[in-house]
Amino acid sequence: MFTILLSKIEVGSHFYIYLNENSHLHGETLLVSAFVVIGLSLFLTIATSNLQRIPSYLQSIVEIIYDLVKSIAITQMGPSYYSQFLPFVATIFLFVLGSNLSGALIPWKLIELSSGELAAPTNDINTTACLAILTSITYFFAGLKIKGIGYFKRYIKPAIFFLPLNIVEDFTKPLSLNFRLFGNVVADELTVTVICSLVPLIIPLPIMMLGLFASSLQALIFATLAAAYIGEVIE
Amino acid sequence: MVDSLISAASVIAAAVAVGFAGLGPGIGQGNAAGQAVEGIARQPEAEGKIRGTLLLSLAFMESLTIYGLVVALSVLFANPFINS
Repeated sequence: MFTILLSKIEVGSHFYIYLNENSHLHGETLLVSAFVVIGLSLFLTIATSNLQRIPSYLQSIVEIIYDLVKSIAITQMGPSYYSQFLPFVATIFLFVLGSNLSGALIPWKLIELSSGELAAPTNDINTTACLAILTSITYFFAGLKIKGIGYFKRYIKPAIFFLPLNIVEDFTKPLSLNFRLFGNVVADELTVTVICSLVPLIIPLPIMMLGLFASSLQALIFATLAAAYIGEVIE
Repeated sequence: MVDSLISAASVIAAAVAVGFAGLGPGIGQGNAAGQAVEGIARQPEAEGKIRGTLLLSLAFMESLTIYGLVVALSVLFANPFINS
């Protein structure tokens, strides 16, 4: 699209894979998210394949992750319903954490593409929009499944004139989830890029550490909010 | 001519968006951190819990700034009013 002349910052340029005339894929997002999914599956399969009473190194890492995700789910959804939605929350948490960390830790820039560059999959607004829409579909069906048709009573909850507000809220929830994750990841990468173009050595390191911290916090927040939205409709 | 006018307006709009989006959350984060320090000073054994809650709520407030940033970025790099 258009680049700032002082430093080569590219926003919105992608490595397109054309399927036919009017549909194309963002190749770099697909590649890195496939990498993240395969890596996570391999890691979890290997770490849980040989469970022992005295955990090995890998097994204890997986146990810590499980405890964290379970505590998020229990505090948001209560002890009686959390087990149905624990896989969803855990999947979201692991995927977002894996993609954010893969964007921050792995030096993708060493691999040259013809246009665009490999980066975290959450750097693309389509990925985060997909995650947010999945969340809203999940809480809608969770409410319908657990409360039946009485789910729709939620829309007129404090009083009847709250109906438009409650309907608008159903659209703003995925929108804010989407923008929060996308904006945080892009802001991290832009800050690092701008500071790298000013001073390429040493100085960007603390910013990179901050970005690492913030991106893991974003995974936690995305999972917490998804669990909170589900817990809100089934309580 | 019209495109360059729109570009200039977009740059100003981006600056205003980021500036004002940083204003409110900045005050809010300062308030939250101050209250947290007060809480820790009054009850030092609750430090771990307070820190966890503080970080989570700081990240929530941060996201308000990020909304402004997203608006600014889309105005700068993916402007819907310039058809190129």
